[in-house]
Amino acid sequence: MQLIQLIIDGVASGCIYGLVALGFVLIYKATETINFAQGDILMLGAFVAFSLIGVLGMNYIVGFTLTVLIIAAFGFLLDATIIRQIIGQPPFATVMLTIGLGFIFRGFASIFWGTDIYSFSTPFSGKILQTGGLVISYVNISIIIGTAVLMVILFSFFSFTKIGVAMRASSENQLAAYYVGIPVKFIFSLIWSISAGVAAVAGVLLAPITLVDTSISLIGLKAFAAAVLGGFGSIPGAIVGGIIIGIVEQLCGTYENYLFEGVREISAYLVLILTLIVYPRGLFSDKAEVKKV
Amino acid sequence: MSYFDIQDITVSFGGVKALNNVSFSVDQGEIFTIIGPNGAGKSTLFNVISRIYEPSSGEIHFNNQNISKKKAHQIAGLGIARTFQNLELFENATVLQNLLLGRHIYRKSNLLNELFFTPKVKKTELEHRLKVEEVIDFLDLQHYRDTIISGLPYGVRKNVELARALCTNPKLLLLDEPSSGLTNEETIDLGFWIKDIQSILNITVVMIEHDMSFVNKVSDRILALNYGEIIATGLPEEIKANEKVRTAYMGE
Amino acid sequence: MRFIFKTKYDQDINVSRHSGDRFWYSLLIITMLTMPLLIDDFYLGEISYICILAIAGIGLMILSGYTGLASLGHAAFLGIGAYTHAFLLTHGIPFIVSIPIVIIVSFLVGAIIGIPILRLSGMYLAIATLALCFIAEHVFIRWEHFTGGNRGLAVPSEEILGISLTNSTVFYYLCLFFLVLSMFAAINILRSPTGRAFVAIRDSEIAAQSLGVNLGIYKALSFAISGAFTGLAGALLAHYIGYLAPDIFNIFLSLTLLLLIVVGGMGSLHGCVFGAIFVGFLPQLIAICRDYLPSSIASQPGLEPMLFGIILVFFILYEPLGIYGRWMKIKLFFEMFPTYKKQTFKKQKVFTKTDRV
Repeated sequence: MQLIQLIIDGVASGCIYGLVALGFVLIYKATETINFAQGDILMLGAFVAFSLIGVLGMNYIVGFTLTVLIIAAFGFLLDATIIRQIIGQPPFATVMLTIGLGFIFRGFASIFWGTDIYSFSTPFSGKILQTGGLVISYVNISIIIGTAVLMVILFSFFSFTKIGVAMRASSENQLAAYYVGIPVKFIFSLIWSISAGVAAVAGVLLAPITLVDTSISLIGLKAFAAAVLGGFGSIPGAIVGGIIIGIVEQLCGTYENYLFEGVREISAYLVLILTLIVYPRGLFSDKAEVKKV
Repeated sequence: MSYFDIQDITVSFGGVKALNNVSFSVDQGEIFTIIGPNGAGKSTLFNVISRIYEPSSGEIHFNNQNISKKKAHQIAGLGIARTFQNLELFENATVLQNLLLGRHIYRKSNLLNELFFTPKVKKTELEHRLKVEEVIDFLDLQHYRDTIISGLPYGVRKNVELARALCTNPKLLLLDEPSSGLTNEETIDLGFWIKDIQSILNITVVMIEHDMSFVNKVSDRILALNYGEIIATGLPEEIKANEKVRTAYMGE
Repeated sequence: MRFIFKTKYDQDINVSRHSGDRFWYSLLIITMLTMPLLIDDFYLGEISYICILAIAGIGLMILSGYTGLASLGHAAFLGIGAYTHAFLLTHGIPFIVSIPIVIIVSFLVGAIIGIPILRLSGMYLAIATLALCFIAEHVFIRWEHFTGGNRGLAVPSEEILGISLTNSTVFYYLCLFFLVLSMFAAINILRSPTGRAFVAIRDSEIAAQSLGVNLGIYKALSFAISGAFTGLAGALLAHYIGYLAPDIFNIFLSLTLLLLIVVGGMGSLHGCVFGAIFVGFLPQLIAICRDYLPSSIASQPGLEPMLFGIILVFFILYEPLGIYGRWMKIKLFFEMFPTYKKQTFKKQKVFTKTDRV
């Protein structure tokens, strides 16, 4: 029974990792770059939600939607103005750039909102569901359902709409996509905005658990592990990877005495290293083989 | 067994057979050209020889040695050098540095010596430089020694890649579309150089090419590939007259 | 504009290209040697710190700038060097013996970690090194027997030949000595076949393999050499800080090193020094900026990382060749005056193309 409890908690936290990982994967699939600032965008989402719902007192649903839209627009602008400039340069440049951006976002948040820890009320806070010996918080339920809904929306988008197909084309060969008339730059910015939106969703869903302060951006690093585990090119893989990491963390926390002290904190990184060494393609990788010559 | 032997090489990518039971042999000192429409599997074949791709079956023999299980970085040491269709030069280095890398397999110093740059290291550096200069003279690259690759015109870059392959002092040279993108004058020069490579340097050449007049002028024998299979082998006149080759290039 | 007339291959192989080079570098060395006579102890300490940073920078530059392998976790090597050195000193091993041991240990750790990790390509490698940095910090906290854990480890003040290292001037000369030694070693590696192989790996792994470069071995070698240099810097850093705690060697320190080589100029050893000077004086710079900003912003603890981020972004976007790049452009401007054209450095339009099959 306790095991099932652990697994459910793990699935919930895993969904958050999965959502952030999803953002990584989207940007990677499109532009073959990694956005190290993904966790910081999540943080900005949580803060904006706090301002709208907590401070201005907006309705939860309205505030949530508005937050996602604002952050999505922010992501679009981010790509259009800054990220676009270094396209085509070696990946190292993007790594450094996004790391730098992450620092700026965190610094900005601590200046604009201050360094206190904030929270805002949600329709789920404090309520729990008790069935058959299990205690599940409404917050966790909201996370799991929210993630599922988002996955369905994104899946339909990429499979059935023209824009989704255009995104996949742009990611395969940018020059060729230009030649067939795809507005590649716009598509890339759109991807960034979707990715930012997803991060914002994760941020708002996560806020009731971790409260809102600048350190929640460290989630980004654990989400890496999720993305790698799931196979960096796979959308469902990101979520599955996240869930696995969430469960592993919970298990490590409970069975810490059998392993070693503090294992829970670094369990995500250990999974990451292990995956990279043993099975770097990840679970759901769509890579046949890296093209050689 | 002949000098260079390819036996029943098959390469599959998922369900697609890029190469299907390809076999041929090359005699020492000849210029052997592989032709075929795009997607026929020619570059895949070179990648198998360079051990970048792993064939699902088949063997490669060179100089009476089975090299099918060798690793990619061991191929240069066996005397096989190659150029690449899309040019794989070291963009941020000078021509000289690119060519000096061709001498890597002849390196005699180890890390400890190099840390202190002992006289022995200096001596071997000079030896490498002398050998590289011979190749520079052969291909007329004197002007470009200290130019960084990214500043060079396309024709010169192709030359540098050829020069770099020659610096490894190979016995077998694999050229992947050496004349693509070259002007008429450059192609004529290339023809002379390849002939010189054969007669003066005694290097066996296996070439992938598209320019049929160039191929007919330079080659000793030709192999035609289509959809991963051999459709004809023989002398240039024979291939020119071959029905299957004509259909492959003109379409059904 | 100087025209170099070459008559011997030696001129290409040697370190200094012409007498002008030798003159200016000799002048630099004389200035550095007489520094203690010109400035007071505090600034001497600052310059010692810059020398230490430069040595660490050399380590990271060889790995990332010359071999093209990103590492976001080099603070781990600083920690390994610092803790190993302090550990050996507390157990009575003299300084002169400890330093070579630190270098060898760091080299071996680099080689051992490098072999599995370096099979990964660019992006994944960066992530792996990031994870390793966290794990390393965790190890430093947990391995109390070796590091003293969160209580920290005091670095014993040492003596070489009877002269105490707590003396600023002595420590300065020591750091300077090791910097010159490191530069010398780095230059030698880079102009030899090993260094060329590193550059080959950075620019085209496929071509490097086809020319006989064993990728696995050379990548691990680069990582090990890089670790050795950074470990040495760590040992010197231990003396500079005086008291070691695990949270010193965190991700921010790794990123500081990265900032160092990016700002200094990737792909050049000069860049290490320029970057070290920049990073060394950064806190002072920020303190000065603080005076000009309105107090509500200036008092924020989040200001330093934010400025850090802004500088990093600025350099990536507008000055990708770093300070050294700007220096070379300025020199070129004067050499070619008045025919200098800005378009010389105009970046080609590049498009992305997938590596996936």
